[in-house]
Amino acid sequence: MEFKHPQEELDRFRRRLAFASGFVLVFFGILLMRFVWLQMVQHRYYETRAEENRIALVPITPNRGLIVDRNGVVLARNYSAYTLEITPSKVPDFDATIDALSAIIDIQPRDRKRFRKLLDESKNFESLPIRTRLSDEEVARFIAHRYRFPGVDIKARLFRQYPEGEFASHLLGYIGRINAGDVGRIEEADQELNYRGTDHFGKTGLEQSYEFDLHGVSGFEQVEVDAGGRAVRTLARTAPIPGNNLTLTIDAKLQRVAERAFGDRRGALVAIEPSSGGILALVSMPNYDPNLFVDGIDTQSWRELNESPDKPLLNRAIYSAYPPGSTFKPFMGLAGLELGKRRAEQAIADPGFFSFGNHTFMDDKKGGHGMVDVYKSIVQSCNTYYYMLANDLGIDNIASFMGRFGLGSRTGIDIEGEAKGVLPSPQWKKERFKKPEQQKWYAGETISIGIGQGYNAYTMLQLANATATLANNGTMFKPHLVRHVVDTRSGEKRPVEPQPLRTIPLKPENLEVIKKAMVGVNIEGTGARAFAKAEYVAAGKTGTAQAFSLKGAQYRAHALKEELRDHALFIAFAPADNPTIALAVLVENGGFGAQAAAPIARQVFDYYLLGKVPATPAPRDEAAKEVDE
Amino acid sequence: MNFLRHWLRRLVAPIDPVLMLLTGILFTYAFLAIYSASPERAGNQLMNTLVALLVMRVMAQIPPQRLMHMALPIFVGGVILLICVALFGDISKGARRWLNVGFMRIQPSELMKISVPLTLAWYFQKYEAHLRLRDFGIAAVLLMIPTFLIARQPDLGTAILVFAAGFYVIFFAGLPWKIIIGMIVSALAAAPVAWTLLHDYQQHRILTLIDPEKDPLGKGFHIIQSTIAIGSGGFFGKGWGQGTQTQLEFLPERHTDFIFAVLSEELGLLGNLFLLTIYALLIGRGLMIAANAATLFSRLMAGAISMIFFTYAFVNMGMVSGILPVVGVPLPFMSYGGTALVTLSVGIGILMSIHRSRMLLQQ
Repeated sequence: MEFKHPQEELDRFRRRLAFASGFVLVFFGILLMRFVWLQMVQHRYYETRAEENRIALVPITPNRGLIVDRNGVVLARNYSAYTLEITPSKVPDFDATIDALSAIIDIQPRDRKRFRKLLDESKNFESLPIRTRLSDEEVARFIAHRYRFPGVDIKARLFRQYPEGEFASHLLGYIGRINAGDVGRIEEADQELNYRGTDHFGKTGLEQSYEFDLHGVSGFEQVEVDAGGRAVRTLARTAPIPGNNLTLTIDAKLQRVAERAFGDRRGALVAIEPSSGGILALVSMPNYDPNLFVDGIDTQSWRELNESPDKPLLNRAIYSAYPPGSTFKPFMGLAGLELGKRRAEQAIADPGFFSFGNHTFMDDKKGGHGMVDVYKSIVQSCNTYYYMLANDLGIDNIASFMGRFGLGSRTGIDIEGEAKGVLPSPQWKKERFKKPEQQKWYAGETISIGIGQGYNAYTMLQLANATATLANNGTMFKPHLVRHVVDTRSGEKRPVEPQPLRTIPLKPENLEVIKKAMVGVNIEGTGARAFAKAEYVAAGKTGTAQAFSLKGAQYRAHALKEELRDHALFIAFAPADNPTIALAVLVENGGFGAQAAAPIARQVFDYYLLGKVPATPAPRDEAAKEVDE
Repeated sequence: MNFLRHWLRRLVAPIDPVLMLLTGILFTYAFLAIYSASPERAGNQLMNTLVALLVMRVMAQIPPQRLMHMALPIFVGGVILLICVALFGDISKGARRWLNVGFMRIQPSELMKISVPLTLAWYFQKYEAHLRLRDFGIAAVLLMIPTFLIARQPDLGTAILVFAAGFYVIFFAGLPWKIIIGMIVSALAAAPVAWTLLHDYQQHRILTLIDPEKDPLGKGFHIIQSTIAIGSGGFFGKGWGQGTQTQLEFLPERHTDFIFAVLSEELGLLGNLFLLTIYALLIGRGLMIAANAATLFSRLMAGAISMIFFTYAFVNMGMVSGILPVVGVPLPFMSYGGTALVTLSVGIGILMSIHRSRMLLQQ
């Protein structure tokens, strides 16, 4: 490079400045295009992203609906209480934190166990209660020490409460924390959004079957949040709609009388209003306390309930099927009359046994009952009459007649998990068994079906409903526990199952014969001792079901262990001419129906028809016999 | 009274009213933005601004010739300090950038942003009469020493700015186009090699730029949030103090490197257009001063300072709006903090001094 003229140098410099100016403009132009792209073309998209950043939807859980009995007695309600809660993601060492907390607040080992269980089951990083129902004093003490416990806080929450405790637990059921199975049900019902803020879900009983009625509709709060997730202010609020209340067909006082009548015995009772199918009492003893499950049951209580030989968690009224024993006889007698195999006045000679092929079926009464017509067969519970009748009817006729009374099929009660029971028939046997030799129906099997033994097995609900249908002259309802679902805002009542399912065509004169015989049971028959001096006319039938096959050995109650003794049954309705209540009762290993089951029915009727509240559980009548001798 | 008028006249004499007006607008704008992003820092920024104005006034008073004589000693001192940083510097956020000199901590790399163009301009002025290709080579070596020292601290943002400042001087001094084009071509060819020499975090920043959504809570977070802020601002913006990204703290570094996103969100495209216009006018004024400057040193210095402003502004806005990788370059006169403010004010002061010295020569 040689010496240059200054002016030439300056010109070149200025050309470069001009180039630089152009450079600046081009690159600022690129920036401007970028801004136009972001702020005009893509504006809507980024505006949405900014709104998503700042607005959070916080669900407001609705109040769960109440459950009240037909007279307005509250059986499940909510109450507000303070809980001490730990947010697991913010607490590194639970044990150390809980140890420190227990210095100021009473925390029992069972609280710790329950917290551990909740922690294992929790679905996300929600806060979990370590103690519920804090006293005001405990709240004040914690607040004074709060600074020491990051990630621990006090919250006011609504809790489910079953004020009666161990009462009607099998029909009410309970709610518990939502688990994976519940999430599946919520998704199936397309309710995910509605359950976003909900912790609890109905697990059994009415709490489960009416879950989506009781839950209500979640409200939402639109909250402006900052980058740290803290709520800055509320932008909008949609109030939650409280869950619907349930008004039951249950009469809580009747339920109480029925439960107390059992004393400490195991068993089940279902009482139905024949004119509506509404269930007045549904008892399964023993009960349990549903309150234990609400905040998550502790392991020890769970083990006690689950491993108890009395199986308190089993709803015996609808989940267990039992042989009906002699309570089957009125229905058999009716079948004989209706199908023309017997006439009312037609009597058979009972020698005390019935031979079929090379097998002899024994009567309970040695030497037999003599001449027996249908009235006497029911009043005295004569087996031979029914061995013969079953043989004459044949299994197919029996099965189809009993099937119309709903025996052996689910009643459709508004609680889930109902057992189907067994209505024996050749068809049933074919489906039930796999080996060809087991699938075959033997004519001899029909004989014991006639007295309610053999493969027969029905739930107390089925038996009670069949009895109610009989009492109602063949008009049958779907049994139900909820009378109506009440919309808490409008007060509108939605009735449940008010219409009859069907009416079985039955001849009035035949019904009259059977009903008269069942009245006779309580006047001069097996139920006479239990219904002595009753101020109303009750129709009934005792029954005894074998819990254990003796294989031909002589049955002696006192010689057998309690759990091997027979189950006591009783079906009844009253008043006989215009029934307002029909029931089936079972006492597990209670012995004869007349001894253990009929006295319970007496107490229930005395209360329902006369308002008498018994002072003690129904006494066991050792002297009562299954068969009139 | 007379004395006061005389004193005022002496106070404002070296000040270029156009540059002063543009700078004043930027200061006001910056104050509003910082007040919105971080009100508790607004008072501090006012203090920083006053210091900056003082520095600007002092620099405007110093004639270019005096500056020229100071160039080499400052440069040598600066390089020594950079070496000291490399040897004994304090580490902060994974980089060795600060030097603790007992009573305060200084960042010598900041000094080099002015010192490098000053030295190169001095060098070209010195050999103005018989400038050879060899002199460009020497200038390049002078440039690469501090650039290298800063880049390995590591401080890529400052290194880029220092390199750019020096490069502008060499460019305006007449570096032949064929060499420039050759450099660009070879730089592109060497890019894959350079990639492997980058630190992991530097590679991540560039990858993040390509696809920020890949790591929305980690390295992509800054860019995602700033583009949301800019885009959601729309044409008119959400209003001053009304930006949700800013006020609810979704926008990180909102008072410093990402302050442009605050402006964009709250004042919209209109506000951005205004800011770009002010920057363009400021740079244009600087280039005009360069065009009319009396000496080669003044011309090179004025041209380089103007283009440094452009570089700051472009790199920062490009980064915040997601078209350049994230490097620590503040938005000139807008971002919170005293250091960059003082450096840039020194630049404006020098521009004023150059402009004034030419007017003095004309008189």
